[in-house]
Amino acid sequence: MAIYLTKESKVLVQGMTGGEGMKHTRRMLAAGTDVVGGVNPRKAGRTVQFDERTVPVFGSVADGVRATGADVTVVFVPPAFARAAVLEAADAGIGLAVVITEGIPVHDSVAFTSYARARGTRIIGPNCPGLITPGQSDAGIIPADIARPGRIGLVSKSGTLTYQLMHELRDIGFSTCVGIGGDPVVGTGHIDCLAAFEQDPDTELVVLIGEIGGDAEERAAAYIREHVSKPVVGYIAGFTAPEGRTMGHAGAIVSGSTGTAQAKKEALEAAGVRVGSTPTGTARLVLEVLAAGGRS
Amino acid sequence: MDLYEHQARELFEEHGISVPRAEVTDSPKEAREIARRLGGRVVVKAQVKTGGRGKAGGVKFAADPAAAELTTRQILGMDIKGHTVGKVMLARPVDIEAEFYVSYVLDRAAGGFLAIASAEGGTEIEEVAAARPEAVARIPVDPARGVTSAKAAEIAAAAGLPPRTVDVLVRLWDVLVLEDALLVEVNPLVRTRQGQILALDGKVTLDDNARFRQARWGADGAGHHDPLEAAAAAKGLNYVKLDGEVGVIGNGAGLVMSTLDAVAGCGARPADFLDIGGGASARIMADGLAVILSDPDVRSVLVNVFGGITACDAVADGIVQALGTVRLTKPLVVRLDGNNAARGRAILDARAHPLVEQATTMDGAARRAAELAHSA
Repeated sequence: MAIYLTKESKVLVQGMTGGEGMKHTRRMLAAGTDVVGGVNPRKAGRTVQFDERTVPVFGSVADGVRATGADVTVVFVPPAFARAAVLEAADAGIGLAVVITEGIPVHDSVAFTSYARARGTRIIGPNCPGLITPGQSDAGIIPADIARPGRIGLVSKSGTLTYQLMHELRDIGFSTCVGIGGDPVVGTGHIDCLAAFEQDPDTELVVLIGEIGGDAEERAAAYIREHVSKPVVGYIAGFTAPEGRTMGHAGAIVSGSTGTAQAKKEALEAAGVRVGSTPTGTARLVLEVLAAGGRS
Repeated sequence: MDLYEHQARELFEEHGISVPRAEVTDSPKEAREIARRLGGRVVVKAQVKTGGRGKAGGVKFAADPAAAELTTRQILGMDIKGHTVGKVMLARPVDIEAEFYVSYVLDRAAGGFLAIASAEGGTEIEEVAAARPEAVARIPVDPARGVTSAKAAEIAAAAGLPPRTVDVLVRLWDVLVLEDALLVEVNPLVRTRQGQILALDGKVTLDDNARFRQARWGADGAGHHDPLEAAAAAKGLNYVKLDGEVGVIGNGAGLVMSTLDAVAGCGARPADFLDIGGGASARIMADGLAVILSDPDVRSVLVNVFGGITACDAVADGIVQALGTVRLTKPLVVRLDGNNAARGRAILDARAHPLVEQATTMDGAARRAAELAHSA
């Protein structure tokens, strides 16, 4: 089952013929992703050879969808072109657009996320590593060989913390790991993923990774209290971040008294979520909760 | 990036929002001339990117040009919440009849912008909202439609603002969109006794991601007060100076924040945040190490890398090459895990630098770096 992405997913890559696009398309194919085409108006009609797989290049997302039945797109185009790329994907009726691009202006993200929402296209990202359903499909840049398929669902604002937790829990394995991105405006949030994992029979427990900035984790805590029956284990990064400074991710900033790691941890704990103090400690909590029969 | 008040005022004026006559200077002598040009009596306002200027003595009336010079001399160099005043703005005083509050802010939860308006301006809006929430109107703006005259009229009516503020609300939306701002705030927006609507003070935060299409703020915008941050920025490093003694380098913003927390959890304090990103080339590693080692507060350095796409052997090569160009003067603890970790560790073992040691876990590495910082 998994969420959002399965082995049935047919994936287009916007920006496939660029450096990053080429590198990661090769990796996605190696991970078993059914990459059915690339999109580049200047290279329409050509093909690109990735080891034994020949991938066609389409002039538009709509052409790619018509020819292949693609339902997922992964966007690698530069920030200045990301807005047009996502609007095009939404117009073509793509169900899931995974926006890897970092550095997109917030006004553009606001525009394309609201446009996509109105057309039923789910956006993951921007500024994210994408998502992986181990053993089935990998849409984005998450390394496929860290962890095997299993029963943990993971949702995270951070790419490397996702990898770290996948590594720590590689022997139990994951249903789906979703990197939602660290920008102030993202298309899919913690709550969307929690709702999907709650419905997913393959997911027994959810790991929720957050960081300073905004109140997504506090809202997720309120949601968990009301709507999530599966155990959730949390981790929050940024306890030592100073107020008013952006810590790498555009959205990672404590403003006045809002967005602090402490407030997020407290909100999650008040909702019954056990929160680890380090990634390793968090992995240990996951093992404890699973050993106790799944109830936290 | 936050703008200074005088920069915000300039933007407002460019977009057709009325502002008081004002000029900026860093010289008391020039302040006297400016005051004369503005009619003698002026308000002298410290230009700092923080609130609470008035309470800190950074905003003062001057009755004549001589007083303006004296007041400017007093305010320049003043420390306001850690910000040193480098410039003052002198503005012609206005006769205020009523003070309002208007802003557009990013609503992260909704993924859009929110208009916030109140007929009770002049103080911090958070204070008004806490005391009398019904006095503050919060209205979401549809990003596809923006703030039309009709929308502005809706905002003004909800907040109890006079109809004449509608034009300001529309123009302020233009500032937000056309300048790629994440926040525009006018507080107070005033009605003068002469019936004019004026933006008396403003705050604008611009989106750093939009720099590629908003060239004019360019270099001046960076505003790194800390010399280490300026040096790191010049090398394109994602670095934030902190006040501890353990230098931290890692890959990925989340993992680096997590590493800072791990250091703090071991009873030490991180000296910086430095994210070398996915590449982790020898050059980035050398540049990063150079910046961290030049920080006199640093007593040990922790390199924490989880190789996802990045291969740890490439990171280890980067560290070894960096050791060839940077003279290591402080102990370096390296934790490599993930992709090609065994090969990476072997490369560092083979280099056998006396000040470099390895740890197999992130928590262990943080503990060791903290110990070394305390024993140094």
